Amino acid sequence: MILRLLRFARPAWGRLVIAVVFGVLALGSGVGLMAASAWLISRAAQHPPVLTLMVAIVAVRAFGLGRGVFRYVERLVGHDATFRILADLRARVYERLERLAPGGLPSFRGGDLLSRLVADVDAVQDLFLRVLLPCVVAAVVGGASVGLAWALLPSAGAVLLFALLLAGVAAPWLSSAMARRAERRTTDLRGELTLHVVDTLQGAPELIAYGAAPAQLAEATRLDRDFTRATARSATTAGAGAAISALAGGLAVWGSLAVGLPAVRSGVLDGVLLAVIVLLPLAAFEVVAGLPLAAQYMERVRRSATRVFAVLDSPEPVHDPDDPAPLPTAPYTLSVKNLRARWTPKAPYALDGISLDLTPGRRCAIVGPSGSGKTTLTAVLLRFLEPAGGQATLNGVDLRALRGDDVRQVIGLCAQDAHLFDSTIGENVRLARPNATEDQIRDALHRARVLDWVDSLPQGLDTHVGEHGAQVSGGQRQRIALARALLADFPILLLDEPAEHLDIATADALTADLLAATEGRTTLLVTHRLAGLDAVDEIIVLDEGAVTDRGTHDDLLTRPGTYRTLWTRERTTEPAQPL
Amino acid sequence: MKPLDPRLLKYARTTRIFLLSSVVLGTATAGLIIAQATLLAGMLTRAFLGGASLADLRTPMLLLLAVVAGRTLVAWLQEVAAHRSSAAVKSQLRGRLLAHSLLLGPRWLAGERSGELATLATRGIDALDDYFSRYLPQLVLAVIVPVAVGARILLGDWLSAVTIAVTLPLIPVFAILVGLTTQRKMDRQWRTLSVLAAHFLDVVAGLPTLKIFGRAKAQAAKIREVTDRHRRATMSTLRIAFLSALVLELLSTISVALVAVSIGLRLVEGGMGLETALLVLILAPEAYLPLRAVGAQYHASVEGLTAAARIFEVIETPAPAAGTRTDVPDLVRTTLRLDRVTVNYDGRGAPALDDFSLTVHPGETVALTGPSGAGKSTVLAVLLGFVRPDTGRVMADWDDLADLDPDAWRAQIAWVPQRPHLFAGTVAANIRLGRPGASDADVRAAAAAANALEFIDVLPLGLDTPLGERGLGLSAGQRQRIALARAFLRDAPLLLLDEPTSNLDAESEATVIDAVRRLAATRTVILVAHRPALAAVADRAVPIAPAAVTA
Repeated sequence: MILRLLRFARPAWGRLVIAVVFGVLALGSGVGLMAASAWLISRAAQHPPVLTLMVAIVAVRAFGLGRGVFRYVERLVGHDATFRILADLRARVYERLERLAPGGLPSFRGGDLLSRLVADVDAVQDLFLRVLLPCVVAAVVGGASVGLAWALLPSAGAVLLFALLLAGVAAPWLSSAMARRAERRTTDLRGELTLHVVDTLQGAPELIAYGAAPAQLAEATRLDRDFTRATARSATTAGAGAAISALAGGLAVWGSLAVGLPAVRSGVLDGVLLAVIVLLPLAAFEVVAGLPLAAQYMERVRRSATRVFAVLDSPEPVHDPDDPAPLPTAPYTLSVKNLRARWTPKAPYALDGISLDLTPGRRCAIVGPSGSGKTTLTAVLLRFLEPAGGQATLNGVDLRALRGDDVRQVIGLCAQDAHLFDSTIGENVRLARPNATEDQIRDALHRARVLDWVDSLPQGLDTHVGEHGAQVSGGQRQRIALARALLADFPILLLDEPAEHLDIATADALTADLLAATEGRTTLLVTHRLAGLDAVDEIIVLDEGAVTDRGTHDDLLTRPGTYRTLWTRERTTEPAQPL
Repeated sequence: MKPLDPRLLKYARTTRIFLLSSVVLGTATAGLIIAQATLLAGMLTRAFLGGASLADLRTPMLLLLAVVAGRTLVAWLQEVAAHRSSAAVKSQLRGRLLAHSLLLGPRWLAGERSGELATLATRGIDALDDYFSRYLPQLVLAVIVPVAVGARILLGDWLSAVTIAVTLPLIPVFAILVGLTTQRKMDRQWRTLSVLAAHFLDVVAGLPTLKIFGRAKAQAAKIREVTDRHRRATMSTLRIAFLSALVLELLSTISVALVAVSIGLRLVEGGMGLETALLVLILAPEAYLPLRAVGAQYHASVEGLTAAARIFEVIETPAPAAGTRTDVPDLVRTTLRLDRVTVNYDGRGAPALDDFSLTVHPGETVALTGPSGAGKSTVLAVLLGFVRPDTGRVMADWDDLADLDPDAWRAQIAWVPQRPHLFAGTVAANIRLGRPGASDADVRAAAAAANALEFIDVLPLGLDTPLGERGLGLSAGQRQRIALARAFLRDAPLLLLDEPTSNLDAESEATVIDAVRRLAATRTVILVAHRPALAAVADRAVPIAPAAVTA
């Protein structure tokens, strides 16, 4: 997985290497400063001519200056590389998502999962700046310090190596293992507490109305106390990593002294160098200081990357043909024969053998309860989902022989959850046709019966709709989406539950406007409300993926069946008409 | 941002104990650092110049081992203290946050806020972990260690001490200077960074829509371009922002180098002993280390303090004014009067309820009708005391609702909201919400009256079936009936129902209406009705017209 992530770094490889080099120089300067100073002072104690110390003095000063400058360059180059990687990473994840969406992407059914995915993509970039860079730099400088000590006195090198491994590998590993264990132990308690807190805040109105708030708070306090006690218990082990780091640092100094003293006495080590091998560990331990943090980031990156890859690796729901047929020319007839489809290979058929013909100008409605396969049909027609049987043709050409993008030039959709981008009303409509004039946009809004409202806003077309269109009401949101679909001027327009999530009066008004606005256009209206359907040419009643009845509104009412039952029920539970 | 928010000391008392223990441990650390340096300098000198053997240095070697053990112990204790304290502080803040949120009431909690607060109280507050385990102890060390180490150096060699005393204060001074000039720019950059992430999310969420309009492929290049443009802008800021780190590193290492060269030269001239020189050399970097560490943990401090500040903001929001009279009139015999009530929610042009008057006599059943947005639910919120009228008043006979203690008032009300919240717990516990002490027989009777028993008895454990998150697994109609059973059991003289049959199919609607009819028989009922079948339960219907839009 790490290897796979590394490939994302390709556009910034050179910069990452530069950052590593400067990182090594910066940390190396710190170690060099201590080693050179130790030698300088020991040598000076022998009262030699000052000239013999000049090299050491220059080295000490250079190391002193270098460290800060090198670190500055390292950080700049490292951040620059990370931003470059992020830009590429986002674009590449997007390109993959573009091919998966929406059919092959389960997360499109829940907004939370999607924002999670996007946050995960951003978290993955930490691998380079906060994990890889410090680890590589620590390995190189740590290795060099060990090499230096080894060259002076092999046993001192061994002591330093052991201590660095203890602090740089064992301590972070132990820390994260302890953290994981503590987390496992408190997971249930934490989950219970979280659930209770969420419950309390979301159910606050009922708690207050029913006078149950004090009892609920007392329960929260009890859960919190249990959780906090369990967390505090794991605190004893949580300090292990820090303790081992401190111990390793101290032992390195002590061990160097223990092997260095006899070596000086036996003449193996020049006495001038004793201070060097003893004080070198003091500085060398700085290289491992950043590793526990890196280990923490690594854990986070791994979790995020797993989720990102799981999404990226999902199979593409639709394959474009290698040799696409040319798009037929207008006018268009869409014809569906015995079409079957399902969302995953083992799922039951969401669409089980439906046939219909949409000749130019014809308007058709698909009705049925939720789960009857209505939305699946639109997904197949838009080439978001591969049919599992039967076929759909456009002027006789199988949709599968056409490029998905070409199909969507002809067949368009106004969905129940049409997305409004966090931009202005005008920009959201213009999306359908980037070169549209303001008059054309206004005309589309007019046809969607929303222009008067837009004009009543202080900023008109330039009004921001907010995230997911949160600043406008559900009805207006759907009408803006409709205007967008009308502006695109698709030869064949699919309308998927455009009135869903609206109250009944608003819903019926919208449906009526929709049917008026699509007069004369080839249209397929998917709905579970029946009001206004007397205006369409054919109604197809769908249940559990199969057609149970079809005909005009008046036809269907003459015979007993699902349609008549639904119609009667809808009439009797109609909104209280103006009283 | 201040490194330590004084409100943290005020609202989470454990913070004080933690600070105290950090000071004690920090002092111990400083002492151990000095002891270690002294021992090392002594041994190195005796071995190098005096030719001492390992056996000669047995005592100092053992002492050094003790110092190592001491530092290990202190490091462990510091972590333990940090973990315990942050757990305790989080618990204290969470408790206050929750209690105060309920005090602030449903109107304040409405909308996105309850979700945001839930995140803050659970995951958001975890940012304090790093603040306690990394930032605060380092901050304490950054004060204690340089002073102690500086003093020890002063005793050995005043010239080196002066070098350090001059350069050390420059570090925070420069850091603050650079910080001041870049802070605003940095903040703006981080904001655009989050805007950028939001833009990416927006584009990904809108992918199906983009595909429909043939704009999806073009967006990849746009994402690259926007991120790249942001990179260039950020880098120019970072070039300045990183200067503060540069100054910090430069000052700390250069002064160590200066000290080293200066004592080296004085050694050659014989103006200084080796032992003192080594002591100064070992101690000099230690004076700068904690300051550098604090700088590195800046992010931990910002995140933790931001989460804490958000909590304080909530805690310090004054609770809405409430009446105090507990001698509330008996609603069985009281006429309720809304007298020209207007409610304005903040940030909306038109009032939520506009100049509305209504009189309800005891025992009456009144249906409120009108288009969505007219203020039907707001009427119920006003009667519950969740919302105070901006103008006008609510009278219960001759008492103004504003003077009455809200809890005492609500004790006489049962309320079924449009989307009832079911709590984690058993079905029975949910029905008992308004009367925790009710007997099993009473709960069954209430469930039966609400037409809920038929489906409850089919559940695996009947009334003792635990409900999953937010009553998962129950249909809207079933949840509605549990909420009605709740209202039955409450047995209050005033019943408020908010569209109890919306989102129900015809069959469930009939059973719910049947239950409502039974409830209404002996009580005063105000219900919000959308459909004629429900409105037919009422003695009379009162239409509410939406307020005129004031553009």
